[in-house]
Amino acid sequence: MRSIAIIILLAVIAVGIGVALTAIPFGVAKTQVGDHYTESGIGDTGASNIVTSVVVGYRAFDTLGEITILFVAAMGLGAVLAGGRKLGQRREVEPASLILRTGCRFLFPLLLLFGAYIFIHGHLTPGGGFQGGAVIASAFLLVYLGCPGRRVSKVWSQTAESLGALTFVVLGLVGLTVGGHYYLSNFMPHGVVNELFSAGIIPVIYVAIGLKVGSDLTGIIDGMMEETI
Amino acid sequence: MIIFVSLLVLVMLTAAIAALIFRDLLSAVIASCLVSLLASILFLLLQAPDVAMAEASIGAALITAVFVIAIRRTDRYEE
Repeated sequence: MRSIAIIILLAVIAVGIGVALTAIPFGVAKTQVGDHYTESGIGDTGASNIVTSVVVGYRAFDTLGEITILFVAAMGLGAVLAGGRKLGQRREVEPASLILRTGCRFLFPLLLLFGAYIFIHGHLTPGGGFQGGAVIASAFLLVYLGCPGRRVSKVWSQTAESLGALTFVVLGLVGLTVGGHYYLSNFMPHGVVNELFSAGIIPVIYVAIGLKVGSDLTGIIDGMMEETI
Repeated sequence: MIIFVSLLVLVMLTAAIAALIFRDLLSAVIASCLVSLLASILFLLLQAPDVAMAEASIGAALITAVFVIAIRRTDRYEE
């Protein structure tokens, strides 16, 4: 009886999805918003990377929400891991292999530089705050793997995290009062397109996002590695 | 081009099914890492470099590390 009901339900869902798919015209532009972004994105925001002009220009408030979600996830993981901590159960740490140790020392500054490059140039080249922050977090992961015993300074990572979030929110509020009638309006001069100091508040916000995402993801790695080692 | 993309998708599908089948969880994690890595190449070919960067750094590097750490804290083999 139950399996018959499941089969009937699945058939109904399949028919529903099929009907819905035939009603969608594929290969035809259904809305004009995408065309508007690609045509006037550079003029509106001054960022030559269209993805950036959407993520930090038109949809900057959504990005603030994403940052908040990541922060809450990192905080929740920290709370869960801190709750189950048993003292005095630390295992003996094995030293990493020579290749990993040398590679970590050699690659760590380069990875930091690359991450910073990605989020500073977010309005010019592909990439941005999230990607740069993830690269920076993977640099710290390499240090945790290659040089056991080394830890990220809690004070510095929390300072970077708070600074990033504070810059984002305060810039949005300044834009609300000075520039336009909405939160996170681009109130700084746009400058010349394709130059490093252009696109108004977009590079500043991307640096803030990079700091925030990098320190959040590093915090997640730090919490998990601390439990393991 | 179309042959390369089909090959890529084929390997991705194989790796995804392998990740489901493997009893050794470490091998399953490596297989899902391979899916992410090939997906990032696919995104690059589909002219979405931003998504490709996010997929390569988060999907292939950080998620794999988090899973490996979790496996080290629990059992390596599925029962």
